[in-house]
Amino acid sequence: MNILYAVLCFAGLGVLFGVLLSVASRVFEVKTDPRVDQIKECLPGANCGGCGFSGCGDLAERIVKGEAKTNACPVGGVEAAEKIAEIMGVEAEAPVRMRAQVMCSGVNGLAVKKYIYEGEADCNAAVKLGCGDRMCPNGCVGLGSCVKHCRFGAISVIDGVAVVDYEKCTGCGVCASFCPKKIIKLVPFEAEYHVGCSSLDKGAVTRTYCDAGCIGCKLCEKACESGAITVSDNVAKIDYTKCTDCGKCAEKCPKKIIKKGKK
Amino acid sequence: MAEILVIMLAAILTENFIFIKFMGICPFLGVSDKIDKSLGMGFAVIFVMTLSSAVTWVVYHFMLVPLGLEYLQTIAFILVIASLVQFIEMFLKKNVPALYSSLGIFLPLITTNCAVLGAALLNISNGYSFIESVVFGFSAAVGFTLAVLIFAGIREKLKYADVPESFKGTPIALITAGLIAMVFSGFSGISFT
Repeated sequence: MNILYAVLCFAGLGVLFGVLLSVASRVFEVKTDPRVDQIKECLPGANCGGCGFSGCGDLAERIVKGEAKTNACPVGGVEAAEKIAEIMGVEAEAPVRMRAQVMCSGVNGLAVKKYIYEGEADCNAAVKLGCGDRMCPNGCVGLGSCVKHCRFGAISVIDGVAVVDYEKCTGCGVCASFCPKKIIKLVPFEAEYHVGCSSLDKGAVTRTYCDAGCIGCKLCEKACESGAITVSDNVAKIDYTKCTDCGKCAEKCPKKIIKKGKK
Repeated sequence: MAEILVIMLAAILTENFIFIKFMGICPFLGVSDKIDKSLGMGFAVIFVMTLSSAVTWVVYHFMLVPLGLEYLQTIAFILVIASLVQFIEMFLKKNVPALYSSLGIFLPLITTNCAVLGAALLNISNGYSFIESVVFGFSAAVGFTLAVLIFAGIREKLKYADVPESFKGTPIALITAGLIAMVFSGFSGISFT
């Protein structure tokens, strides 16, 4: 008798949960657009984050929702952009070729160090020790984590700051994801100028530890005729959708950190 | 009230699931290489363990006991926990997508997490009431999260340490875990009663 109870009881429990789950799968069904999966297949699947979203899956969803352009993937290039445009039923736009740019000019001698680092030659290791050996909390550590992870040999460290070789850079953004200071940014390949500083400190503070730091004086902002450059969080930023490469900001910059970068 | 506090402190420190009871070691070693990953897993465990403690208590006292089937509790609990996790996953996907995207990948892992089953079984063998069971499940999971978090913090730095070739990877992780377990055994001298 006892075994009958046990069998019945567990069979009942099993059936109950089975029914509950099958009902739940209907009730809680989330409709996904089939185009999301199709687009995901066209993307490289590296989840590098070069597009600015949290991965290929996220980008695919954003494209379907219309929040991202069909050419948003910098790695997939023209081929992926065409396929995605076809799925979405829109005209293919050529993707904007991007390149990586290190937003720091604090080479050895200009940027002050706070201690002598003798550990492993890796930026991510160095920042575990008081945020790196530079006084500047947002300056290049110069130990080349980006160099190690670049699959195209496009980055080298010169005088303590990473420098990108534009001809070799494919704009994949892998270097940016390994930079502990997050000072490698992707900019349009054709853009001539960039702000070579990421310091978020006030000008007076920045001045104490770096001779090549943005002091937030806003001279560039005033000089710019197209409103492309703005100073926020004590550092100048260029909006590349508005920038006309006129170079007036670079002329005015007292610290000469707005640089003509493509060479 | 005092009793509840005792259960909480005991479950988090003196009876820590990972370091004292050695339950849930698999996810402990699996997801402890990054702090944010371990936090995600920790929250998922807290969520599931609290709910499963409540549900298994009800199943035990209102179904198994009246039918005299207490000896089948392990099987019943596995069934309940597995279905519960599936259900939670579907519910979250539909109603709380933000939580789903942060816990999503960890939820299926917990289905087979022995710590969750362990909490359910301990609730019964300790003779806890319903409230005590839920509190125990919750605090045991908090203890789990604490352990994974401490370990992830150490492992993030361990990556850059000069470890002998033969100890690299899992061996040094296990040695570290052993050392922390010894530290936690220091709590066992404390009595909260």
